[in-house]
Amino acid sequence: MRDVAILGIGVTKFGELWDKSLRDLFVEASLAAMDDAKVTKLDMIYAGCMTGGLFNGQEHIGSLMADYLGTGPIPALRVESACASGGSALASAVIAVASGYYDVVLAGGVEKMTDVSGGKATEALGAAADADYELFLGATFPSLYAMMAVAHMHAYGTTRKALTEVSVKNHFHGSKNPKAQYPFEITPEAVLASPMVSEPLHLLDCSPITDGAAAVIVVPLEKVKKDKRAVRITGFGRSTDTIALHQRKDMASIGAVARAAEAAYKMAGKTPKDIHLAEVHDCFTIAEIMSYEALGFCPKGKGGEFVLSGATRLGGRIPVNTSGGLKAKGHPVGATGIAQVCEITSQLRGEAGQRQVKGARTGLTSNMGGSGASAVVHILEVNK
Amino acid sequence: MTTPARYWREKPQRYRLEANKCKKCGKVFFPPRLVCDDCGGRGFTAVRLPEEGTIATWTVVHTGHPAFTDEQPYGLAIVEFKDGARVLMQIADYHGEGLKIGQKVQVKFRKIQAAGESGVLCYGYKAALCSE
Amino acid sequence: MIGIVGYGSCIPRYRIKAEEIALVWGANAENYKRGLGLTEKSVPAPDQDVITLSVEAARNALKRAGVDPRKLGCIYVGSESHPYAVKPSGTIVAGAIGAEGHIHIASLEFACKAGSEGMYIAYAQVKAGLIEYGMAIGADTSQGAPGDALEYSAAAGAAAFIMGEGPGVVATVDFTHSYTSDTPDFWRREYQHYPRHGSRFTGEPAYFHHITSCAKALLKKSGMKPADFDYAVFHQPNGKFPMAVGTKLGFKREQMLTGWLVPTLGNTYSGASPIGLTAILDAAKPGDKIFMVSFGSGAGSDGFIFTTTEKLKAVQNKAPKTRDYLDKGKIYIPYGTYAKFRHKILRNTESE
Repeated sequence: MRDVAILGIGVTKFGELWDKSLRDLFVEASLAAMDDAKVTKLDMIYAGCMTGGLFNGQEHIGSLMADYLGTGPIPALRVESACASGGSALASAVIAVASGYYDVVLAGGVEKMTDVSGGKATEALGAAADADYELFLGATFPSLYAMMAVAHMHAYGTTRKALTEVSVKNHFHGSKNPKAQYPFEITPEAVLASPMVSEPLHLLDCSPITDGAAAVIVVPLEKVKKDKRAVRITGFGRSTDTIALHQRKDMASIGAVARAAEAAYKMAGKTPKDIHLAEVHDCFTIAEIMSYEALGFCPKGKGGEFVLSGATRLGGRIPVNTSGGLKAKGHPVGATGIAQVCEITSQLRGEAGQRQVKGARTGLTSNMGGSGASAVVHILEVNK
Repeated sequence: MTTPARYWREKPQRYRLEANKCKKCGKVFFPPRLVCDDCGGRGFTAVRLPEEGTIATWTVVHTGHPAFTDEQPYGLAIVEFKDGARVLMQIADYHGEGLKIGQKVQVKFRKIQAAGESGVLCYGYKAALCSE
Repeated sequence: MIGIVGYGSCIPRYRIKAEEIALVWGANAENYKRGLGLTEKSVPAPDQDVITLSVEAARNALKRAGVDPRKLGCIYVGSESHPYAVKPSGTIVAGAIGAEGHIHIASLEFACKAGSEGMYIAYAQVKAGLIEYGMAIGADTSQGAPGDALEYSAAAGAAAFIMGEGPGVVATVDFTHSYTSDTPDFWRREYQHYPRHGSRFTGEPAYFHHITSCAKALLKKSGMKPADFDYAVFHQPNGKFPMAVGTKLGFKREQMLTGWLVPTLGNTYSGASPIGLTAILDAAKPGDKIFMVSFGSGAGSDGFIFTTTEKLKAVQNKAPKTRDYLDKGKIYIPYGTYAKFRHKILRNTESE
């Protein structure tokens, strides 16, 4: 088993990209990553994509991308774990390189969501839930997270103000990210004035529908020992939970993230206190609050207080979602997990410009699927 | 869900809330399972969920699933039964009243979806708030 | 003893007032309220239809009967608004109550008397000794054409009866009679959305002639007089007709009040006299005599004479009472919501 590192990253603009197709997006991000890594050959591709089938009528994503990337008839697979598809694609790439079987592996993620109507997108995303016992009965993703918010507020007194602060903070961060879908700040008033989606979540509590792609090149660490721009992946962890929210033991927490984080910390020999910054899965504002708790950044039930304290804002103790998060950066489902890793990589390289967290040496990404039925956590460290 | 065979196969659950109970540890599963996720047991007895339950958590969906535009905004709740099973249900006849964790509900038989204008009608369960 | 061993009803919670309808069509609400003898009607929610109403009424009837649903030998659902034109509503009711298998099921149609028809046939099967228990349901969610007088009265509701023999009978069926002729007073052609009617022709030659003919024959058959009865219930398309026909036959207003639900319910079509009967059974004492004659356009009437038994008292409270469905938990809606619920608004068909 070998240690692995990220050598190159590439992220497209995120947004409603009417003139970009599914394959164009993936290729664009992948070429950028290959150029950043200065590689022209790949041994394998893992492509994270939640549902090319429901959004684009396209399956067989691995082969499609290997074909259009022009890197020859290499092995290529789609990795799917709903919104955790991207992070899962990276974990697969890490294992492929660590095993010694492959040397240069591209882990990419892509989603092209804007070709279908809003209603169809809701249904497609809903397939990450329990199709027969949640989606069929009228549950949408916002409604599932809304129910988690109601449970969290009831159990711990989490306030509407805390939810608002997550959105405001992430937009503040996103305003510094030129690739973000919504690179502008918003006010707390705007959050509360935005239309109600599912009580208590307003439109501005929810990540948007987005097109986009991101890619990273994973290589054995031993080949890039001297390269200061290489970033080490020192730990990863994965876990699952019940597909349906109502079958969870505790509906006000995300056990899958906690278990994935525990495994990642153990592998990396780290604790939550060692993390300087993180990219977490704020598909909805409440998800970020519950993620803090699951990742051990704050005690159980204190996630609302934690965000209100400013600890997770740029300049705070542990900035979270300096990219703008899913809320401001956008959430092209399959790409998100990879985009999170690209952000942390930029930060650890000292190349995050206006968003730079000073002295960042250890970062964490937390990517989850559905209402918490899957989760994948990576820990990244500088190569110095 | 809305194709004939799939809908027909799910009838015992949708119509009669048929569940199963692990013979080893007593956990109740809805829908029924082949293996218990707590103790790994593979033997089950058939049970039915009770008619009454309480709300464990809830929301009101304003921008919802396209199949339910006629009913927007609609209430959604995770109903907990005294044997421990939890089921997600829409609130029947929701018309803006407040929903609370702990509220008692009664299970009703209602139409859930239709497969378009000419496809099968899909019936199932919804939760009606018990009046004080 | 052969007769009713269990009964139950189901009425939706939503209501629309005559004023709401009149406002939209520029009509005078008071005229309609006076002329039709009603003030409001029930409206089914978007997720309610004849099948869901039937299931709830059937479950209530089973609670009162205390009978294993697998012992039912038949389920007849009578309606003029069956959700499927082809596929009997009763099959889904059977699935919902756990009665599938060795059972006879049919959908019945005879305008507003399809419910009483089912009662007639289920009773006959039990009496013939062919089955142990038989279920009959009258249910409708019929529509009135927008702007038509019937829009003020076309309502939704269901009543279910389980017929059986033995000590469980709560009301014996003592006499039955049916009278039918080909009379085109009210009809709906295949593929048409709304029914049509012959206006004033629906009165004397249709409603009054058939109920009167059936009722007189029933009284003659039984050798009884109107004064012998504690309760009488007739088909109730509006508030006035049942009172008029009852009075004409010699019944008094007090005998008819308990079963007279239409003023705040509207016309539940195949559910009309059957639901009226459930309200009577909710209130009756043992030994009471009940006279019931339904009417269905097209046209015909089914008549029954019941006598309640000692067993009735024990079952009345085992399921929700009809007056509770009618009077409690009402949700009033405006015409726009009503039009949406009743699919009277043109929508875009599904697109990509």
